[in-house]
Amino acid sequence: MTDPVLRLEGIVKTFPGVRALDGVSFSVLPGEVHALMGENGAGKSTLMKVLGGIYQPDGGEIVMGGETVVMSGPLEAKSKGIVFIHQELSLAEELSVAENIYLGELPRKSFGRVDWARLAEQTNTILKKLNVGFDAMTRVGDLSIANQQMVEIARALTVDAKAVIFDEPTASLTDAEKVVLFEVIADLQKDGVGIIYISHRMEEIFKITDRISVLRDGQYQGTVETTGTDEETVTQMMIGRKLDLSRNAAHHELGAVALEVRGLSCGDLYRDVSFTVRRGEVVGFYGLVGAGRTEIAETLFGLRVPSAGQILLDGEEVHIHSPADAIGKGISLVPEDRKGQGLVLGMNCRDNMTLPQVDDLRAGPFMAEGAEVAIFDQYRDRLDIRTPGWRQKVGNLSGGNQQKIVIGKWLSMHPNVLIVDEPTRGIDVGSKSEIHKLLRELAAQGYAVIVISSEMPEVLHVSDRIIAMYSGRIMRTFTSDEVTEDSLIQAISGLGGDREA
Amino acid sequence: MATLTKQKIGGILARQGILIAFAIFMIAFTLASAKFLSVDNVFSVVRSSAILGVMALGVTFVVISGNLDLSVGSMMSFSTIVVLDLHDKIGPALAIPAMFAMTLCLGAIIGFLVGYLRLNSLIVTLGMLSAIHGLTLTYSGGQNMDIADKEGTWFSVFGQGSALGIPVPILIFVGLAAFLGVVLARTPFGRKVYAVGGNGTAATFSGIRRARIVFQCYLISSACVATAGLIQASRSLGSQNTVGQGLELEVLAAVILGGASLLGGSGTIFKTVIGVLILGFIQNGLLLLGLQFYVQFVVTWVIIILAVWLDIAAKRGKLLSPIA
Repeated sequence: MTDPVLRLEGIVKTFPGVRALDGVSFSVLPGEVHALMGENGAGKSTLMKVLGGIYQPDGGEIVMGGETVVMSGPLEAKSKGIVFIHQELSLAEELSVAENIYLGELPRKSFGRVDWARLAEQTNTILKKLNVGFDAMTRVGDLSIANQQMVEIARALTVDAKAVIFDEPTASLTDAEKVVLFEVIADLQKDGVGIIYISHRMEEIFKITDRISVLRDGQYQGTVETTGTDEETVTQMMIGRKLDLSRNAAHHELGAVALEVRGLSCGDLYRDVSFTVRRGEVVGFYGLVGAGRTEIAETLFGLRVPSAGQILLDGEEVHIHSPADAIGKGISLVPEDRKGQGLVLGMNCRDNMTLPQVDDLRAGPFMAEGAEVAIFDQYRDRLDIRTPGWRQKVGNLSGGNQQKIVIGKWLSMHPNVLIVDEPTRGIDVGSKSEIHKLLRELAAQGYAVIVISSEMPEVLHVSDRIIAMYSGRIMRTFTSDEVTEDSLIQAISGLGGDREA
Repeated sequence: MATLTKQKIGGILARQGILIAFAIFMIAFTLASAKFLSVDNVFSVVRSSAILGVMALGVTFVVISGNLDLSVGSMMSFSTIVVLDLHDKIGPALAIPAMFAMTLCLGAIIGFLVGYLRLNSLIVTLGMLSAIHGLTLTYSGGQNMDIADKEGTWFSVFGQGSALGIPVPILIFVGLAAFLGVVLARTPFGRKVYAVGGNGTAATFSGIRRARIVFQCYLISSACVATAGLIQASRSLGSQNTVGQGLELEVLAAVILGGASLLGGSGTIFKTVIGVLILGFIQNGLLLLGLQFYVQFVVTWVIIILAVWLDIAAKRGKLLSPIA
């Protein structure tokens, strides 16, 4: 058996009041793709920070090539051949691809001048390996997110990498871009590099990884061969219980039509969109990024002005001029970007939750703080939000709990129409299934729910009907009984024809 | 008694850093100069800080909403000159509301540009600093403004009067601080100011009218400036065109010293008051120690940088940190 490129032995890291990592051990073999899985807060990020020299472990050791090493800082880690590809990109947008890749170690000529010719040449050699469609002197800000990620990867290839860590690399990639990424990973594998692959997406994990290690609450749960296991087993290791991944089968009584949209258009973003949502119904919007789904939601919420068409609420035509207007008319939007649009991270949990109704929660001229706490307590219990108390800043919560705060914020408005845009992006499987269950329950209680999602299992799991969009148009509407994965994929790729069900 | 762990002490330092710095500073100066903590001296510091303080109260709103206001100094000169001029022309009873109306108009212009047109507040208010200075000079023709009958006017009460042995400027400062403190901490409007400054996009997605909130913050700021101008005019009953020059930076320093973040979303009126007092006591303490007046500018700056650094370091948990 070959020696591992990297071995972690009983790593312990404690923070005030928390044992974030409790004796974590696993090893990465050369040429192996090793998945690291766990719910949000399980300790994956902490472990990676220990590996990257950002945190010093309180116990245990890191072994590379048979020797115990100490990672004193990020530069040290890099010089030892450990490279990170982060989920959130850290590129200087105004600089060229080449400058970004060699930032801090630009090739020099005499008098410290940059050797541009050599820089371009070195960079293009690496880019050729990655088979990308841009060159060394392209400005990074002009690249798509996927290509920016390729720049990050190119950066990893400049050093003699022994282990490369990918942290949720596909979060913002399209399917075609994923294929390219997986090819790059395969190439690295061939060169004998060990790869740690962190992701919540099961399909990917089972497609490209060789072994899976699981963390739960900072504790190492074990390592399994990918070929010898299945999603259910891994999920159970991660959350300690079973998960319901079935298709939505239960239907409840549908009520009257709560929302009807007729021939709605908004410039080039989407055209001639018509659909209805009844009370008690979950309508899923499925499509690729850029298909116009989010833009429809933003129009319904008063953030965009439609160029044509009508919006009817309970059968009456309405004009929605602003979010305040939409809220007044009983529409709630759980936005796509939790941190950017959904929450004020520096504010506490309670204040975030009651933000849309601050004007209504008053006692004389003052905020009725007791009523606010009551609302927070109610939704904390109902949504099982885990926080030490309402005074906790939202920025300190895990992704799943943050999302629940946003959902609670909009449920507490008692909307007629609830729109949720990518409700489980970046959230661990446990919270994910809780949120799915919640959406079903809300429909059962008579809410009209619109779910926008890029994840097929999610749409299939929660929707009564699925509207497939491609390039600003509705391609087809499926009921949950007739939908198949193939027909859905065809519809969102523009292949399904214009048949309206 | 509960045992204090290192963490707890760190937490207290992070939250109350500015108060602790203030206490240490006061003790040091008291030891250095016997006069420092005398009632007379404390009163004189608070009184001379009142004008700066009143302006800082308004700027606190602007800063928490995520913007800057560098125009308050020259706007205060404007208010002072206008009210002194109108005093002799239409009498104090009409001059005061007229001056308030004109100053609020300036605030409304800034609020419109920054709030509704979403222009960068640094550029807008830096430009207004200069534009309002020009407006003041045009108005006065470059002349100093003096009240003709300095003995016979009740107008002097705002700057020179006192009630129950407390000088009126202090009463105005404390009263306004209490009022605005409650507005910021306890009303829906205050909550919205924090939301807009903390994350304007999320505030918009929550149905808050961001532009209106920013506009209202600038109105509050200009109302505070007008009040400061009133105190200034009433105290001296005559003024140069440049009376408020440079105050914008001192005001901003006091607000930041109090712990409001320049990025918006945090800060309180109480902390701003502490910031104002620290600044006032530093300047006073240095004078008592016999430092030359001009040296003060440098020392004040050094102390502000130190305070801000310690504040940030306490939040980060380290003195030096490569990442925020």
